[in-house]
Amino acid sequence: MSESPDVKVAPWTGPQRPYDIIKEGTIAFVVVAILTIGLALVFSSPDDPQVTVQQWSTKAPIDFAQTALAELNGTSGTAQYGAPYNTASSGQQLGPFTLAKWLGATIPVNTVRDFVVDPLTDQPATPALSSALTQWKGASATQRTAWVDAYTKASGKMTFTNGTVSVPTNAAGPVPVMINTLEQMARSGALDQALVTQSGFYTSNFTLPLLFLADGSYLGDLAQQRHLLGTQWGMMNETGNYPGQAWLWLYTFWYQVPPFSTSANADVQVWGIMMLLSLLLLLVPFIPGLRSIPRWTRVYRLIWRDHYRAQGA
Amino acid sequence: MSSTEIDRQWTTRLRHRVAHRLPPEKMLPDTQPAYVASWIYVFGVTTLSAFAVVVLSGFILALKGPQWWHVSGIGHFVNSLHLWSVEIFFFAMVIHLWGKYFMAAWRGGRSLTWVTGVVTFLVSIATAFTGYVSQTNFDSQWISTQAKDGINSTGAGSFFNVLNFGQMLMWHIVLLPLAAVVLTGLHVLMVRAKGVVPPFEEKEEAR
Repeated sequence: MSESPDVKVAPWTGPQRPYDIIKEGTIAFVVVAILTIGLALVFSSPDDPQVTVQQWSTKAPIDFAQTALAELNGTSGTAQYGAPYNTASSGQQLGPFTLAKWLGATIPVNTVRDFVVDPLTDQPATPALSSALTQWKGASATQRTAWVDAYTKASGKMTFTNGTVSVPTNAAGPVPVMINTLEQMARSGALDQALVTQSGFYTSNFTLPLLFLADGSYLGDLAQQRHLLGTQWGMMNETGNYPGQAWLWLYTFWYQVPPFSTSANADVQVWGIMMLLSLLLLLVPFIPGLRSIPRWTRVYRLIWRDHYRAQGA
Repeated sequence: MSSTEIDRQWTTRLRHRVAHRLPPEKMLPDTQPAYVASWIYVFGVTTLSAFAVVVLSGFILALKGPQWWHVSGIGHFVNSLHLWSVEIFFFAMVIHLWGKYFMAAWRGGRSLTWVTGVVTFLVSIATAFTGYVSQTNFDSQWISTQAKDGINSTGAGSFFNVLNFGQMLMWHIVLLPLAAVVLTGLHVLMVRAKGVVPPFEEKEEAR
C-alpha cells in the first residue's frame, strides 16, 4: 500500500461525540420535503404543449411543404444523416474513428418511403392521389429523380393559397399531387397518426415524427424564441425561467467555444472530452497529482477548523 | 450435521462476513468522531433526503401514467415536486462531491466509496436526462431532437434511441432508478463500514 498521505490515513482513535443517525435522517427528510413543497407551490413547473405536425403545417405551410420536398429529394437532415438512420454519410469522426458508422443503420429510416410515400398510401384513395402513387411506384429511379429535380428547381416560387401548395412547373409528374396531398393530410392531423402507427396500433416510438419535425424550421424557430438553441446553451435549458439541467453546464459549455463551436465533429468531440473527464473524476483516488490537490490547497482546514483549533495546530 | 459443515456454508460465511464488516454499531451508530462537525456534512444526508422525495413523487406520477400531469392540477403539482426535488438533489450532490474531494475522502481504503459516489452521480445525470425526454411536451421534443446528435455520434444511438419515448420512459422509471438505488445503497453501506474519513495529519503535511 502506498505511504502517500493522499492515500493512507490512520484510523481515528480520538474523542467521539453523540450522534443520532435516525433523528438526523428524519429531520433532513422533513426539511427537504417542506422545501420541495414550497418551491413547487411558488414556482410550479414548465409544461409548454407539444408541437404537432398538424400545428406545424397549419402555422407554417410552406416550411412543411419544403421539408416534405427535402425528404423526397434527399436533402433533409435525416436523409443525409448517416448512422443509425441510413448510410448517406459516414457521420462524425473522432480522429480516425467513425463510431456511429461502425454500428451501421440500426434504426433504418428511408425518408421518401417513411415520410411521404407510405403515409400517402395509408390515405383514403382519391382518383388524383391513386393515379399519382401508381405513376410514382411504376416509374424508374431515373424518372423519379427527374420529376423531383424539376419540382425542386421551381420550389423557390412555391406558394400556399386557399389550402393548396403550388409550384410553377409541368415537368414534375406526380410530385405536385403528392406534396399537396401530404400537406392536406398534415393539416387534418392524419399525418401525425400515420407517422407513429406505421409499426402497428400500439406504439410508443416517436422517432419518425420527431425526425420529420426536426428537419423543418418550425420547431427550431419555436426553440429559438424560448432561448433553447445550441448557441443559447441548448438542451440544458428548459422552457420558462427554470434551472433546467444545470448539471449539464460543462457538457453544454464546450459547444459554445472554439474549436467545437465551429467543428463538424463537435458532438463526438464533446462526448469524447466528457467521457475522459468523467473517467478522471472516477479515478481521482488513483491519479497522483490530482489526488494531492486537496492537501496542497488546504481547503480541508476550513472544513475541519474546529478539529485543528482543538489540536492547537 | 457437523459444525464444520455449517461453517463452510455460503450463507454462514456471508453472515460472518457482513457481521464482521458492518456490525450493528457501525450500521446504526450512536456516536461519531469529534471531527465530524461541519456544515459540509449536511449535504450527504440532504442528497439522500432529496432522492427519497424524487422517488416518492415519481411513484405517484407512475401510478397515474405519463400523460396525467398535463391534464390534472394535482398531477402538475406532483410533477413540480418531482422537478424541484431533482434540483435540490443535484445541488446537494454536487456540493457533497466537492466537499468530499477537498477532504480527500478516498483515503484509508475508501477508494471504492468515492468510485460508487461518482458512478451514482453519472447514473443520476442519465436518469434526469431520460426524465426530461419523457415529459411528452415541447421540452421533451426539443431536448430529444437535440440530444440525439451527441448520442448518435458515439454509436450509442443504435441501442439508446432518445426519440423512442417508450424506451426512454422505461430507462427513466425502471432501469436507471434501480441502478441509482443499488449504487446509493452500496455507497451508504461503505460509508458506514469504513466510517467518515479522518482529517489530514498536519505532521504529514510537513513532510
